[in-house]
Amino acid sequence: MVTEYMDLKSHNRRLSPRLWRLGGQAIVLLLVGYIALYCGLNLTINLQRLNLPFGFDFLKTQAGFGIGEAPIPYRPTDLYARALWVGLLNSLRVMGVGLVLTTIIGIAVGIARLSTNWLVRHLALMYVEILRNTPLLLQLLFWYFAVFLALPKVEKQIQWPGSIFLNNQGIQIPWLQATPAIRVWGGCLVLGCGLAILLWKRQTLYLLEQGNPSHLKTWPLGAITCSILIASLWTQQLPAMLSTPKLIAGQVTGGLSLSSEFATLLVGLTLYTAAFIAEIVRAGITSVNRGQREAAQALGLKPRTTMRLVIFPQALRVIVPPLTSQYLNLAKNSSLAIAIGYPDIYAVASTTFNQTGRAVEVLLLLMATYLTISLLISLLMNLYNRSIQLVER
Amino acid sequence: MNKVRSAWLWMQRNLFSTWYNTLLTLLCIWFLVQGGWGLLHWALSLAQWSVISVNLRLLLVGRFPIAELWRVWIGLGLIVAVASLSWGVVQRFNRQVLLTIALALFVSGLLAIGLKVDSTSLLWILAMGGTTVIGYWGGRRLPSLLSPPQLNRYLPSLWFVTFIVVIWLLSGGLGIAPVPSRLWNGLLLTLLMAALSIVLSFPLGVLLALGRRSDLPIIRTLSVLYIEVIRGLPLIGVLFMAQVMLPLVLPAQLELDSVVRAIAGLTFFSAAYLAENVRGGLQSVPKGQTEAAQVLGLNSGLILGLVVLPQALRAVIPAIVGQFIGLFKDTSLLSIVGLVELTGIARSILSQPDFLGRYTEVYLAIGLIYFMFCYLISLASQRLEQQLGH
Repeated sequence: MVTEYMDLKSHNRRLSPRLWRLGGQAIVLLLVGYIALYCGLNLTINLQRLNLPFGFDFLKTQAGFGIGEAPIPYRPTDLYARALWVGLLNSLRVMGVGLVLTTIIGIAVGIARLSTNWLVRHLALMYVEILRNTPLLLQLLFWYFAVFLALPKVEKQIQWPGSIFLNNQGIQIPWLQATPAIRVWGGCLVLGCGLAILLWKRQTLYLLEQGNPSHLKTWPLGAITCSILIASLWTQQLPAMLSTPKLIAGQVTGGLSLSSEFATLLVGLTLYTAAFIAEIVRAGITSVNRGQREAAQALGLKPRTTMRLVIFPQALRVIVPPLTSQYLNLAKNSSLAIAIGYPDIYAVASTTFNQTGRAVEVLLLLMATYLTISLLISLLMNLYNRSIQLVER
Repeated sequence: MNKVRSAWLWMQRNLFSTWYNTLLTLLCIWFLVQGGWGLLHWALSLAQWSVISVNLRLLLVGRFPIAELWRVWIGLGLIVAVASLSWGVVQRFNRQVLLTIALALFVSGLLAIGLKVDSTSLLWILAMGGTTVIGYWGGRRLPSLLSPPQLNRYLPSLWFVTFIVVIWLLSGGLGIAPVPSRLWNGLLLTLLMAALSIVLSFPLGVLLALGRRSDLPIIRTLSVLYIEVIRGLPLIGVLFMAQVMLPLVLPAQLELDSVVRAIAGLTFFSAAYLAENVRGGLQSVPKGQTEAAQVLGLNSGLILGLVVLPQALRAVIPAIVGQFIGLFKDTSLLSIVGLVELTGIARSILSQPDFLGRYTEVYLAIGLIYFMFCYLISLASQRLEQQLGH
């Protein structure tokens, strides 16, 4: 009797939550659906009123605006699609270079924060605090108007050692310039490397069978050396020449020229993100158990070797997840380019919107672009993260 | 003699321990001397600080009507009073606090004289100092009158009431002259936008976090979708969406002014990040807490409201403060969508014919304002964290 009652009660209890769950979800779904419908209806009415039918046909019309710098040839007579493509390439350029530079600076500053040298430690702290506690947009405006545009004219430009020119048109640095021989060189090297990998695998197999460790690296290295030799004999030329900027008749030619806008965005984004990465690196290194360092010292490892082989690989496990979110921040923050007139994807899309009034389409394109970039970065970083995690046996 | 010796020892240990440390130290000193000398030379002889002193009011409150400025001061006084009261309650007696207040007063007085502030404002600043001291003293005395649990309950409500009163003071209505939102500029707008959006995004963020943790598939999917899409977009994109799309998806006769649209954008944006922070807090609450509450016979709503959420929110206070700092900095992006907050007003000051090209002075000055706020908030949050940790 009692058990029956209990059963009934528990059954009721089980039933009512299930009803609740279904009902609750249905209500939320209805609510969201209602809001979506309401917004969609208003959107159609408003777009009809503004005479802007939805569609991506406008991408195939002439853009009619110039873009300050383009990695691929672009003229104002080109299509909107090409203009947006140029913008995307510009975005990717600044993100790619920025990610590499910010990692290097961030790790350096993070290690400096833990230096035994009082002055170095406190300078790094000052850097981190100042950069982290002011808005990035303000820093970008400062770099652009107060630093890069305030540089002297080309005739009076600042020349740093190593042929680095700084003037109000931007920065000119020495850069490698490909010669016609680059294709032959590339082909030979690809073949050589492929051969080397094959040989290395064969030698490893050999080693496993015979237990003879000699010549493991000789054959693969020999293959690569051979490919280099063949390439140089064939072309009688280096694959790339160092081109240094030169001042000729009031104009800088040669080298790699970075515009003021690109340089501002790169410097601003890099230094700002590096301040956050420095703190992440510091936290990661301090999270490694003291005993690890002491054990490495007891084994007679030098401080630098201890850092490289013992501390850093362990710190990396703590560092990588927050580092990913900083990488994502850098990628997203590159959209601030619009404030200083660098034609990234956001700036080009914004111009497109101003000219065509296609708010919905431009917004969808922007969302798709940034979500794809974010997704790609987190995917790669998650793969990397998985590869460095401790493998539990 | 002994002191000289110990100083020498300290230097030997901390600056010149090895040859490369010596090299680094010398390099740093060279850098500091070069940079410091250049900056000092520029600041004292080349810079024209009049661009700041002439436009100080514009920077702080923008075009808020001069006749109504008392409302801003009273609002500030209220905030200062409640802040120092809470500080007094939370903080154990500490000579450092009094010293800090005295130093802050001294510096602001010095700044006021240096920037040629009129006597009325000087009186107001003095009144703020007085309010701070009285508030702190009151906060120290309060625990003997009321028991701590009561205090903990009243302080958040006190903050909430203050917040509403300040908004009323600024916007007007109900007996005082209304001030349209386009006259809110400068630092005033920056602070207002940051505070309003974090407060408004709070309920949305908590709901999203609960939705993401829920075992109901539809609710979870919707929450995850919202959070991840917003977090994948740059803020400027979200603000663009709020400025351009909101008028399109709402009926044509409903006109939102750009401040409201910007607040909507910031709120949607920060709710997604807040949700992730709150989710972290929810995960930190041990499962045993829920089970114990179930054993006591509480239903799931009560478990959430009385047991889980209070602990979760308490655990994420530092993260939320960090997010507030981020949001405070991010309000500078509003200048791109046409709002005249601190960065926006700097741009309009720089277009005044008298001060063309004075970028460095203006940007350094507003950078200092941003820095002071962010640094102070993060210091306060570190203290709070220590207090909560005990």
